[in-house]
Amino acid sequence: MALDQSFVGRSYPPTDPYEVGREKIREFAVAVGDDNPVYTDPEAAKNAGHPDVIAPPTFVFAITFAAAGQVVADPQLGLDYSRVVHGDQKFAYARPVRAGDRLSVTSTIEAVKSMAGNDIIDIRGEVHDESGEHVVTAWTKLVSRAPEEA
Amino acid sequence: MAAQITYADVEVGTELPAGSFPVTRATLVRYAGASGDFNPIHWNEKFAKEVGLPDVIAHGMFTMAEAIRVVTDWVGDPGAVVEYGVRFTRPVVVPNDDRGGLIEVTAKVAAKLDDNRVRVDLTATSAGQKVLGMARAVVALG
Repeated sequence: MALDQSFVGRSYPPTDPYEVGREKIREFAVAVGDDNPVYTDPEAAKNAGHPDVIAPPTFVFAITFAAAGQVVADPQLGLDYSRVVHGDQKFAYARPVRAGDRLSVTSTIEAVKSMAGNDIIDIRGEVHDESGEHVVTAWTKLVSRAPEEA
Repeated sequence: MAAQITYADVEVGTELPAGSFPVTRATLVRYAGASGDFNPIHWNEKFAKEVGLPDVIAHGMFTMAEAIRVVTDWVGDPGAVVEYGVRFTRPVVVPNDDRGGLIEVTAKVAAKLDDNRVRVDLTATSAGQKVLGMARAVVALG
């Protein structure tokens, strides 16, 4: 069933802050096999001009995707999450995410489309730190695939 | 900003050092824990096949994380990445053996922009198939 177009433009309340920890960044860097010292060594990060260790570019997705869960699980929207695949992902960074950040995400539905029975939804997540400074914007396209014909 | 490559160093067509990133089932379990994405298509072969996949597949976000390493390794400071976007076109299939899958990434400077920024276009393949589309990053150089 086609999704309701009236959801376009809807924003959801900002999420409770996610506190970015040094050890969580380290765990992520190890998981992607990246030994760049700016992810794990505060001195190396300072030498690169950062106040503390920074996170790899895609780290923030875990936070924005959790926030997008508000949209995905909105019973009024009625997205069939069991059939959802990740279509596109884009980030625009005002600055890197770093240890000590307390990040809050405001999710907005940018577009809702139905194509060949697939429901497609574009969600924009605006990420701000505790001082209200914009850190990164994440655009996530989710595709809920049409059920196969019986 | 501590980009080790300067704007004057590069021209359109400059190729970045390529990268080759192995991915096994163990890699995916570790990434699931670090990212919080426990979708069983990334670790449970029976489940993956039931939903029509050829086998367990890598998280798209894992592939996206590996691809940008070609850029961050090149520029030195990952904080130099201003924009990064991809389309997930094909899954990276990860067989249950010692070798697993391999993600191969090449990149080149596609455009020189204002403010010492450049656009880098990335190509990521696995088993000879392109796995990312429209993979582009904008990077601030020194």
